[in-house]
Amino acid sequence: MDWLAKLGQSTLERFAAIGRATGMLLGALLAAPQIKNISLTIKQIYVVGVQSLSIIIVSGLFIGMVMALQGYTILVDYGAEGSLGPMVALSILRELGPVVTALLFAGRAGSALTAEIGLMKATEQLSSLEMMAVDPLRRVVAPRLWAGLISMPMLTLIFSAVGILGGHLVGVEWLGVDVGSYWSIMQSTVEWNEDVMNGVIKSVFFAFVITWIAIFKGYDSVPTSEGISAATTQTVVYSSLAVLGLDFVLTAIMFGIE
Amino acid sequence: MTSRKVEVLVGLFVALAIAASLMLALNVASQGTVGQGDTYTLYAKFDNIGGLKERSSVKVGGVVIGRVEKIALDPKDFTPVVTLNISTAYDQFPETSSASILTSGLLGEQYVGFQPGFTIDDIENLADGDYIADTKSALVLEDLIGQFLFSKGSD
Repeated sequence: MDWLAKLGQSTLERFAAIGRATGMLLGALLAAPQIKNISLTIKQIYVVGVQSLSIIIVSGLFIGMVMALQGYTILVDYGAEGSLGPMVALSILRELGPVVTALLFAGRAGSALTAEIGLMKATEQLSSLEMMAVDPLRRVVAPRLWAGLISMPMLTLIFSAVGILGGHLVGVEWLGVDVGSYWSIMQSTVEWNEDVMNGVIKSVFFAFVITWIAIFKGYDSVPTSEGISAATTQTVVYSSLAVLGLDFVLTAIMFGIE
Repeated sequence: MTSRKVEVLVGLFVALAIAASLMLALNVASQGTVGQGDTYTLYAKFDNIGGLKERSSVKVGGVVIGRVEKIALDPKDFTPVVTLNISTAYDQFPETSSASILTSGLLGEQYVGFQPGFTIDDIENLADGDYIADTKSALVLEDLIGQFLFSKGSD
């Protein structure tokens, strides 16, 4: 009977964690925004957004280049290498841009958020804030949540633009696809609302999920060195899984058969 | 001051994101200019342009010499008029040249195939604003099948 009790206990613990996560999210979102906290948000946009730029740009470039190379070798057999532009653009705008940006963001910024907040908890900085009657949800959590929500769509746009330029670099400059057909067929195929905006909407959802998981894992971590390391690992694993699962659901809603 | 530096970098980040969305809006969702150099304009009337699009290429023997600039319907006789921008590097085509709408590959995009005509002394070259007299329409598969079935039926 011992294992049954353990099962029940861990189930209850899961539900309690979900409850705490929701409470923390509501506390951070519903806290009245304060003007003086805007500078804190800008600081966090710098940490999660600007510092992720290099990895986003480099991966976007290489993914666009690889897409063009792979697509070309297949399309050229059918004499359809003119369709390389839309192939690269659509796959990056709809799927690879939002998803790869989200996975990189989880690894680069999400883990850092968890470790930072976890260490704040371990060194009792969060309790000290409460002692000084400063709400840590408002002071520490809310700026990071907003920064993630603002940064991720912008990173996704940059990723997509760089990826399509990378496709141009390989497809047109190197493999000799006609520059007019690369851009003109892409332009006649890609629609702003259907393709570009749906990618941006996806990235907003991903940003929400990743920052929520990252902040909660840090906020809820066991305040020891093992606890923080476990929380950081869980952040990356859970948010990657959540992004991939959510991506399927969003794709089914956006592009699925009605 | 570190916060000043942070503000500047965040501003640059936002500017970069705006530049990326502008690039997606102008180049991916609607076409900017693909540098071509100096061009001159020719017109061609077709009965049916099939799937020809603006900015499709104009080719002579597979070499791109220009682009389709505009496709419009002649308001008088209701035939499509295609405006072609041809590079001034190729301005020696005789008036007897012909244009036809071809498809690259089995499923590829359509383009204007330009066929230079013969040159005799009293035949002038095509100049800016001229109409190409000899044109062949796009091959529409449905029409072809229809004709085939019709000719079979009359046998």
